[in-house]
Amino acid sequence: MPYIFKKSIPDRIVDVLIIVILSVFGLATLFPLYYVAVVSITPYTEVLRNGGFLLIPNTFTWDAYKAIFNSGVVPKALNVTIFVTLAGTALNLIVTTLLAYPLSKKYLPGRNAVLMGIVFTMLFSGGLIPTFLTVKATGLMNTLWALIIPGMVSTFNLLVMKTYFESLPSEIEEASKVDGCSDVGTLLRIVLPLSMPIMATLGLFYGVNHWNAYFGGIMYLNDRDLYPLQVVLRNMIITPSVSQELSVPQSQLSALPPESIKMATVVVAIVPIIAVYPFLQKYFIKGMLLGAVKG
Amino acid sequence: MLKGSAQTADVSSGYAHKPSFGTKLWRYRWLYVFMVPGILYYLIYHYVPMFGLVVAFQDYNLMKGVTGSPWVGWDNFKAVFESPDFPQLMKNTVLLSLYRLVFGMLPDLLLALMLNEIRVRWFKKTIQTLTYGPHFLSWIIVYGIMFSFFAPGSGLVTTFFRDMGWGDIDALTNSGLFRPMLVMTDIWKSTGYGAIIYLAALANINHEQYEAAAIDGANRWSQLWYVTLPGVRDVFMLLVILRLGGILDAGFEQVYIFLNVRVYDVGDILDTWIFRRGIEEMNYSVPAAVGVFKSVIGFVLVLGANKLAKRFGGSGIW
Repeated sequence: MPYIFKKSIPDRIVDVLIIVILSVFGLATLFPLYYVAVVSITPYTEVLRNGGFLLIPNTFTWDAYKAIFNSGVVPKALNVTIFVTLAGTALNLIVTTLLAYPLSKKYLPGRNAVLMGIVFTMLFSGGLIPTFLTVKATGLMNTLWALIIPGMVSTFNLLVMKTYFESLPSEIEEASKVDGCSDVGTLLRIVLPLSMPIMATLGLFYGVNHWNAYFGGIMYLNDRDLYPLQVVLRNMIITPSVSQELSVPQSQLSALPPESIKMATVVVAIVPIIAVYPFLQKYFIKGMLLGAVKG
Repeated sequence: MLKGSAQTADVSSGYAHKPSFGTKLWRYRWLYVFMVPGILYYLIYHYVPMFGLVVAFQDYNLMKGVTGSPWVGWDNFKAVFESPDFPQLMKNTVLLSLYRLVFGMLPDLLLALMLNEIRVRWFKKTIQTLTYGPHFLSWIIVYGIMFSFFAPGSGLVTTFFRDMGWGDIDALTNSGLFRPMLVMTDIWKSTGYGAIIYLAALANINHEQYEAAAIDGANRWSQLWYVTLPGVRDVFMLLVILRLGGILDAGFEQVYIFLNVRVYDVGDILDTWIFRRGIEEMNYSVPAAVGVFKSVIGFVLVLGANKLAKRFGGSGIW
């Protein structure tokens, strides 16, 4: 805390108040996640006995998780999402790096024109319909590429990476050129090893986007076998008949409240993200602030 | 100029001869090759759609394509502006955007200011780590969580209201609650993340300013008013400009997922309408016209807001 003043009694009250408000906000962030997890493990007998879900159930069961993993629908969707997330993020990083590196070289003829052309897309876009028609025209409909290629480079991420490359000391690259390294060698052997923090940050940004992507799925895919997890999840949440959505007979799910199965799917979608982001925290804060610096 | 010598020459070494343009291109050939996939991406998936906007001036037919469909001039725009839905859509969109502007930005700033008051590092870190987590969850997941709270018959809040004898609240299908629900979930999801940028601005304030203010007899609130808030003013203005540019966006992803037929009167915004008419009903021209309208207004607003910010002494975006 930066202020300089003698602590009076009202000041102390304010301090306590702030701590209380922040604690409440922190708990309010956690509570919904906790509750979703509780619902996912509550058996039907509990719900019937108590007339609803309890905050701390007396008994619990993993049956909802068994049901969704045995259904075929959720594992398939999970496979699609994992594939799209891994392949998509790898391609995102490669294309973004290849574009950001030359753009970070102020001496490169034509650099400003390219940069302006790219920044302009942040201010003006064709909108939903022309983009859809373009994806259709490029033959991506009903393939998983439709979830990867139309979002290949995020302009925000590109500018973050460009700013990062500009911050690297130019002497290192000059030295490698004197040693006879080509631009390819310099990028691969000198610049990339120095850029792991930014790769981690942008990898997280891109990866989370792929994991959470929904609209690509409903716009470009007709084949239910290709649906990513988020699309399946949304269909499951709004459907009154979970068994139909999972394409398993109702009799198999009779011991489970439909809510438990829905929330178990929600948990499956949450866990990977919760597991990854605390470790990348220090990177993504830096990344976000780099992006805030004017290009 | 010899090609061989140009290749080994270093840009900063002050080479005796100025290299010709062709030599430069050849020297940097790999850098240009690197850019090819990225530039192709921008051309195909950003610039082609911009020209695809001509669809808005056609009676577009999927079979005939952009080149074969008949031109209809401003007819699609007329159809939009004369449509009875349009005033309602505009009202919903702008109102929701203004809600988000106020209830989206103020909590971010407030959280940052409160965290800034905390001296205990572990507490500050814990709260931060907790609160920016939800930013990384999808709107589908957030909707799933809302469902567990407000589902008719089984939600935590729904059954609580029922048990207390307060009746059914039907929060997910209630027009009166739709906007508050969107705002509330948006606060839950994005406040922690939104605070990061303000915290960075706060950390950049020179400590001497506080010392000087203290010597002048400024108490805590005066220091907040005269030192802290001016320190985040530029960032705040910048975010306002960006948000104004997106005033016709109103958060498509969130709204689309929360929307259902029973709340169309308050929840249907331009983007959800475009999506329904265009993608779901495969009627492209009129929705594309709405898209053109949106893009042009957004563009003008960003430029205008930027100019205005500069006039009032801020730095603007560029």
